[in-house]
Amino acid sequence: MEDSVAEVIDEVVPRVVDRPAGPADRDRAGDGARDIGGIGATALGLTIADVAATDTATGAATGAAVRLVSALEDPTGKRHRARRARRIPPWTRRLAGPALLLVAWSLATGLNLVGDRELAPPGDVVGAARELWSSGELADNLATSLFRVAWGLLIGVALGLALAVVAGFFRFGEDVVDSAMNFLRAIPVIALLPLIIVWIGIGEEAKIFLITVGVTFPIYMNTFAAIRGVDIKLVEAGRAFGLSRTGLIRRVIIPGALPGFLVGLRWSMGVAWLLVVFAEQVNTDSGLGYLLNRAQGWNRTDIMVLCLVIYGILGLLCDGIVRVLERSLLSWRRGFTGT
Amino acid sequence: MATRIHGDLTADADTDTDPRIADGAGAAVRVRGLTRAFGSRAVLDGLDLTIAPGEFVALLGRSGSGKSTLLRVLGGFDDEVTGEVLVARRRAVVFQEPRLLPWTRVLANVILGLKGPGAAERGRAALEEVGLGGRERSWPVTLSGGEAQRVALARALVREPDLVMLDEPFGALDALTRIRMHALLHELCTRHQPAVLFVTHDVDEAVLLADRILVLSEGRLSFEASVELAAPRLRTDPAFAALRSRLLAELGVHELADATH
Repeated sequence: MEDSVAEVIDEVVPRVVDRPAGPADRDRAGDGARDIGGIGATALGLTIADVAATDTATGAATGAAVRLVSALEDPTGKRHRARRARRIPPWTRRLAGPALLLVAWSLATGLNLVGDRELAPPGDVVGAARELWSSGELADNLATSLFRVAWGLLIGVALGLALAVVAGFFRFGEDVVDSAMNFLRAIPVIALLPLIIVWIGIGEEAKIFLITVGVTFPIYMNTFAAIRGVDIKLVEAGRAFGLSRTGLIRRVIIPGALPGFLVGLRWSMGVAWLLVVFAEQVNTDSGLGYLLNRAQGWNRTDIMVLCLVIYGILGLLCDGIVRVLERSLLSWRRGFTGT
Repeated sequence: MATRIHGDLTADADTDTDPRIADGAGAAVRVRGLTRAFGSRAVLDGLDLTIAPGEFVALLGRSGSGKSTLLRVLGGFDDEVTGEVLVARRRAVVFQEPRLLPWTRVLANVILGLKGPGAAERGRAALEEVGLGGRERSWPVTLSGGEAQRVALARALVREPDLVMLDEPFGALDALTRIRMHALLHELCTRHQPAVLFVTHDVDEAVLLADRILVLSEGRLSFEASVELAAPRLRTDPAFAALRSRLLAELGVHELADATH
């Protein structure tokens, strides 16, 4: 055993000395020296001396010109700066975008780039808001719309979640639910309205039903994909450490699917507002969509723009709610947060 | 022969009713004629393996030799097998990646699946033992690779297992961290005396830690060596080098010969 190793080393060393060797050869000779570490002092001393000689010889023999470095640079691209403490709270920075839009709007109307009849200036819109607020119309219609959206979201999220859980956890559930959902998903939700009116009329239920249907799909699609995307290795680890089926769902699958669910929630909030506007323009006498529709009849662009601004603010608020949820529920994540 | 899959070895088993368990009472693992085929290819082909209580067994094998498949069978992750497989009921696994739940803090990861009021206290003690006392409230993403793997060790230890199975646990760690982890694992195993099945492709690691080394090839154990080196084991010990070369040869690697020809 030892003999064979020694023989092999005898072979290595002369070969390396014989010809000009590249760095790879030198490494191998180095390995040889290390590997015979245990064989004996004589052999060890001899080889190290040889390798040292080889190193010098190689350096001289290759004799390649030293490659010069053309320039040095700061790899951060001169953006190197001390991190400033962020004194402004982040939510105010989130308002910078809308503020910019407001400035553009003021400029466009103030400089008469757009006529008052096409787009009311911010001052008129504030006036319209005052007028409708004092008459109570704004509060009533806003409350009605919020009520519809809240119920639609609540039922739709619950339904989408339930379906995603059935399809995600059980194979038969996937076979039955997922194919059905994908079939129904292809139907534009607003195409259901005539049928909904036949079924449940034109009351509150119809509007809430429409929103529910629209909300269910984004919740379902995202949550189902997220459940199926939970790392199987973590599921295995959970099982290996004695988690029961419910423990596995509670400790591994639900937290693992949460990021996907929140994506679906954000999306479904957008869908809910879209659908409430649509539903409130058909056979209604209340809601923001009704107000918007009526403003068209009166040719009041200030009220129209007011409604649009309210939709925008509501969108921002919904986004804020999901952000707060993400921050508290997903605090374990450390993702890319932008530069 | 009787085919019994995923039984449990327990010292207090009823010996009158099941003689096979009586045989197994003196072992942490007993496998007879284990076969696992993927399609027509038998990755494990009539494999026999016994591990005594408290014994540290290293399993070496080339990539694709079925090491991980064997570990998956013993861990209970794969039941499409034939043959008899018995493993200690109190067992724990350390995977190649730490597999900590990222949404669960370190302590809760360690005591995952444990019940009872003393669990948190035991978890804290286990973290202390792996040198991570005080990190109970950390999130897994904030740990280095070595720290995460130490949490995984604590998670295995806290169950006071009779058998610990490790699947190339230090393969993804840097060389310096690996040396520290070897010392830690050695110390922990000396103190707690579980039977260990340590799957690795690193021959040095096997020689350094194991009481017995097995080589898996062609779906069977093709070589077995008891390691009788004086403690502490040093890589400079000629017997260490000799065993290392022998094992490498078993794995089809002829170090210097390969390097020169």
